[in-house]
Amino acid sequence: MTDELPRTDAAANAASGDQHPVAGQPLLRIEGVSKNFGTFRAVDGVSLDIRAGEFFALLGPSGCGKTTLLRMLAGFEAPDEGRILLGGKDIAQALPHERPINMMFQSYALFPHLSSQDNIAFGLKRAGMARADIAARVAEMVALVKLGGLEKRKPDQLSGGQRQRVALARALARRPQLLLLDEPLAALDKKLRESTQAELMELQRRLGMTFIIVTHDQEEAMTMASRIGVMNAGKLAQVATPRELYEAPRSRWIAEFVGDVNLFDGEFRLRDGHRLVIATREAGTLVAAEPREPVSETKLSVAIRPEKVKLSRRGPVFEAGRETAINSLDGVIADICYLGGTTTYKVKLDDGGMVQASVVNSARLDVDAYSVNQRVIAWFTPDDCVVLSS
Amino acid sequence: MRKLSRLSRFNIASLALGLAFLYLPILILVIYSFNASRLVTVWGGWSLRWYHEFFNDRAMIEAAWMSLRVAVSSATIATLLGTLAAVALSRGERFRGRTLFSGMLYAPLVMPEVITGLSLLLLFVALNAERGFWTVTIAHTTLTMCFVAVVVQSRLGSLDRSLEEAAMDLGCDPVRAFVAVTLPLIAPAIVAGWMLAFTLSLDDLVIASFTTGPGSATLPIRIYSEVRLGVKPEINAICTLVIALIAVVIVIASLVSKLSSSQGESAAPL
Repeated sequence: MTDELPRTDAAANAASGDQHPVAGQPLLRIEGVSKNFGTFRAVDGVSLDIRAGEFFALLGPSGCGKTTLLRMLAGFEAPDEGRILLGGKDIAQALPHERPINMMFQSYALFPHLSSQDNIAFGLKRAGMARADIAARVAEMVALVKLGGLEKRKPDQLSGGQRQRVALARALARRPQLLLLDEPLAALDKKLRESTQAELMELQRRLGMTFIIVTHDQEEAMTMASRIGVMNAGKLAQVATPRELYEAPRSRWIAEFVGDVNLFDGEFRLRDGHRLVIATREAGTLVAAEPREPVSETKLSVAIRPEKVKLSRRGPVFEAGRETAINSLDGVIADICYLGGTTTYKVKLDDGGMVQASVVNSARLDVDAYSVNQRVIAWFTPDDCVVLSS
Repeated sequence: MRKLSRLSRFNIASLALGLAFLYLPILILVIYSFNASRLVTVWGGWSLRWYHEFFNDRAMIEAAWMSLRVAVSSATIATLLGTLAAVALSRGERFRGRTLFSGMLYAPLVMPEVITGLSLLLLFVALNAERGFWTVTIAHTTLTMCFVAVVVQSRLGSLDRSLEEAAMDLGCDPVRAFVAVTLPLIAPAIVAGWMLAFTLSLDDLVIASFTTGPGSATLPIRIYSEVRLGVKPEINAICTLVIALIAVVIVIASLVSKLSSSQGESAAPL
């Protein structure tokens, strides 16, 4: 999350470069795009701006419309409503081959009757490039995705990871203004997926190209993307940086979809400066920082991430310089889940609710560990609370 | 292999009986085609006499030539139409009456040949068409087209749709995408479909006898009419040649379709 700065630099560089015609303006503008399949509304009034050089992720559960939106960008589906502007030109009704956009398919869709290099050269031949230029570009792509020595192999003679590279090289070969990636890492095993994530990010930064990736894996989206658009039931629920999405989710649904969260429903009682006092049913009265957008409802939810919840045997531990207004809840350890790097404790609160606390195992010997049925105090600051309308 | 060696006697016996039931008549026919004797049922030593006799029998040769011409032309037309139908059914938009269309396409698969033959005869008579080479070819095309469509459609169904989308994404219009990607991948199925249509046409007696005219008998018709007067050893020789031809075509067709299915594995999504 700390390396957001160099990425925005890359975006600015790419935007001022000659590859992207209109600097400063968004490369891609999606305006009120909707798509129906029969009576089912797959994409519902989505508006979104994508800047040049951005690594954007569309995240959502399966069936949320993210793939349909991507397919409309590629041209395989035509939107029923709305406009799709690429560099200021409406391409909503253009056919796939008329768009300076390429896509990497989830199944890779490599042509089984062609070798790796012929797969990569396919789009270049169609573009009418000279033979020598094609050979040079293919060699460049092969080097870029580290496929050396496999140029003559057919797809069925390649491993899953190698096929993924061929598919990527083929999509990049035409130097599209926009590269779409449909769940590009879904077919790879965990280790390979992690190293490929890093390579994709490195590649995107080096080429200064604009990537839009579709994924259902929130960790993947968080790791790779500079901005994430979360989709639910055809609508864009929130567009934000990974940190914003995690720390300031805009709705209950997003808070629960992205990462783990403790949620307490309650009612607004009073305002104390920039603090809201909320009476919850399951965790007593909580003090929370006022959200940026003022809340009008009286029925509110308080969301706290498990790693923000601290446990202690006696009282809250006050750190120097911290606010003193603190939420502290009494309870009993109900369940312990050891995960290696962290341990998740479930605490049964005296007020009836359950709160999860994720504690980093910073010492090798379990001097600090708690045991089941031990009485503890779970505490967190008002700033750790996110207030959401129910 | 170890499993095979542990087959019980009952298994071996039933296997032998089954194979004998299927292939003994054909084997006897082949052996007797090399019989020197004029009598079909009496063995008189080895000879190629009846093959010689067949190649000097003008009527038979003409019928064989007729059959080959009909088989090649009807198989070619059927392959063209059947492939188009298969593409329309598996790639086209979901048009109204699609289910009805596919049902009607496959009807000749289950329709008794007598009915197909008779209805075509009535049609040709009503149209006042002169019966001969073209009427038989058309009749065989209607019969074999659905077989080609079945073979090609199953191949198209196993192809990843995103292959065509990838081709379009990389700069092909829909027609080019079909020619550059889909066609090479379904080519083995098209070839297999052609060979299936060829063999079906070659050995059809019922439909051909309804739709052909005087002077343009196909080989099966000719053989059938000869046999009615009594089986000559020459018939055995002709049948052996036909069996050999069909065996070759079937072996090629199965090799081609094997090739096509091994390619299909890599085309399927992971």
